[in-house]
Amino acid sequence: MSASAATAVAGRARRVLPGFGLSTGLTVAWLSAVVLVPLSTLALRASTLSWAQAWAVVASPRALASYRLSFGASLAGAAVNVVFGVLVAWVLARYRFPGRSLVDAVVDLPFALPTAVSGIALTAVYARNGWLGAVLEPLGVKATFSPLGVTLALTFIGLPFVIRTVQPVLEDLDPELEEAAATLGAGRWATFRRVILPALVPAAVTGFALAFARGLGEYGSVVFISGNMPLRTEIAPLLIMTRLEQYDYAGAAAIACVLLAASFALLLGINRLQAWTRARTGKE
Amino acid sequence: MSARTATEDPAWVRWALVGLALAFVAALVLVPAAAVLWEAVRGGAELWWRAVADPDARAAIRLTLLVAAVAVPLNTAFGVAAAWSLTRFRFRGKSLLVSLVDLPFGVSPVISGMVTVLLFGAQGWLGPWLDAHGLKVVFAVPGIVLATVFVTFPFVARELIPFMESQGVEEEEAALVLGASGWQILTRVTLPNVKWSLLYGVILCNARAMGEFGAVSVVSGHVRGVTNTIPLHVEVLYNEYAFRASFAVASLLFLVALVTLVAKKALEWKQRSARATARRSHA
Repeated sequence: MSASAATAVAGRARRVLPGFGLSTGLTVAWLSAVVLVPLSTLALRASTLSWAQAWAVVASPRALASYRLSFGASLAGAAVNVVFGVLVAWVLARYRFPGRSLVDAVVDLPFALPTAVSGIALTAVYARNGWLGAVLEPLGVKATFSPLGVTLALTFIGLPFVIRTVQPVLEDLDPELEEAAATLGAGRWATFRRVILPALVPAAVTGFALAFARGLGEYGSVVFISGNMPLRTEIAPLLIMTRLEQYDYAGAAAIACVLLAASFALLLGINRLQAWTRARTGKE
Repeated sequence: MSARTATEDPAWVRWALVGLALAFVAALVLVPAAAVLWEAVRGGAELWWRAVADPDARAAIRLTLLVAAVAVPLNTAFGVAAAWSLTRFRFRGKSLLVSLVDLPFGVSPVISGMVTVLLFGAQGWLGPWLDAHGLKVVFAVPGIVLATVFVTFPFVARELIPFMESQGVEEEEAALVLGASGWQILTRVTLPNVKWSLLYGVILCNARAMGEFGAVSVVSGHVRGVTNTIPLHVEVLYNEYAFRASFAVASLLFLVALVTLVAKKALEWKQRSARATARRSHA
């Protein structure tokens, strides 16, 4: 039994350590004041619209186009990150090569770098006259001011998620499993596909969902590279921003509710998945 | 050719995979990172300095430091309280509380800023009252602080909770038996034990507080020299096609990010060596 479970049992009967009321009270009060009350204003503001008005805002062609772009580009970015994230995690966990610790460190840069800086950096590199944009241009690939640019930014933002969820699983994987597979005559590819990959699936799916959820709400890194053309390269968070700038608070709140519902559904799914994985593997 | 074991991959597979992984990380992270530094310095040191020492840039730096100085201590105190409550006790609704603490991570930055406007803006719930008392929150510094507090809310708690969970409570219970008060247990036992996690949480919280863009953008009103933080100043310069100056100011934020990454590596190294020491002393 883990230490926390032991205290849990003891704590049910009587709380041993002091400070339960104070710490829990502070947590609940601060959480309510900073997060819960402000978020509830969103639903209340949206509810000042009638159903018909709300529907007209939420399902307007411009809003629908922005959901399509936000969902599509986030999905595409997360999908790219699953494939390359597993690859990078594999390489970092299994191989020794020059520059390995540099790669291991910069993988977290998308977390640490302010989104506005990421935005202008990606735009500078992938613009027509940029270092990589100049290479793509003759191939007919337009990487900025296009849906591809949005996908690029969201791939960047989601990059650490899959790597950081899959890497520890790979490092903890028992080498005896692979040895057993080799003894039974499996080649490396068969071992990877039938033994290693199944063990990675829950972590990879979690990373995918985290990257997807992050991409849905992302603003700073996208607005520089996307060009922000309504119906074409306008993401949902930018549409909210536009409505706010026009002082259409109720409309902005209605679209925000749609976006929030999608993110929360994703996060709830991730929690369920993690609880299920823990229960299945019996590990914390 | 050297012989390889059955669980080793052929050399050509290794090199192909490493090459592919490096290309991916380089195209998305390394090259853009290098571009920020290159664009910042290529005009020369004098140009860089002129952009950073510009009065509007200095005002933005001051504001960013002020916002971080308010938001980070508040959320650090909250993070310690939340971690104490959520790892030292069991009570009804605990798992709900754990999920609620993470909630701001699932909220788009634009929405985080927007709720501040809905609450304190001219048309907001508290707007008329604030107006009557001559207080300005939205499009002013207090709004920027509030939005930043919302966005950086979970960072410290998020780092502390798993670590304190894994540590257990034996040492704290021993201190209690020896007659320590709650405050003494916290400051002499718990905080020294969790200091590296706490420090890392504070550094992450600070990085986000200084770098937040979307949420702050909604509430700031973009008044040059008054309500522009460093990221907003970067945006303003960029949109005015002052690219060199924009990247010069952005390089300051890049440095904050580098410090954050180095701190993460140092912390991982510290924890690994602490674990190794513990293992040696048990053996």
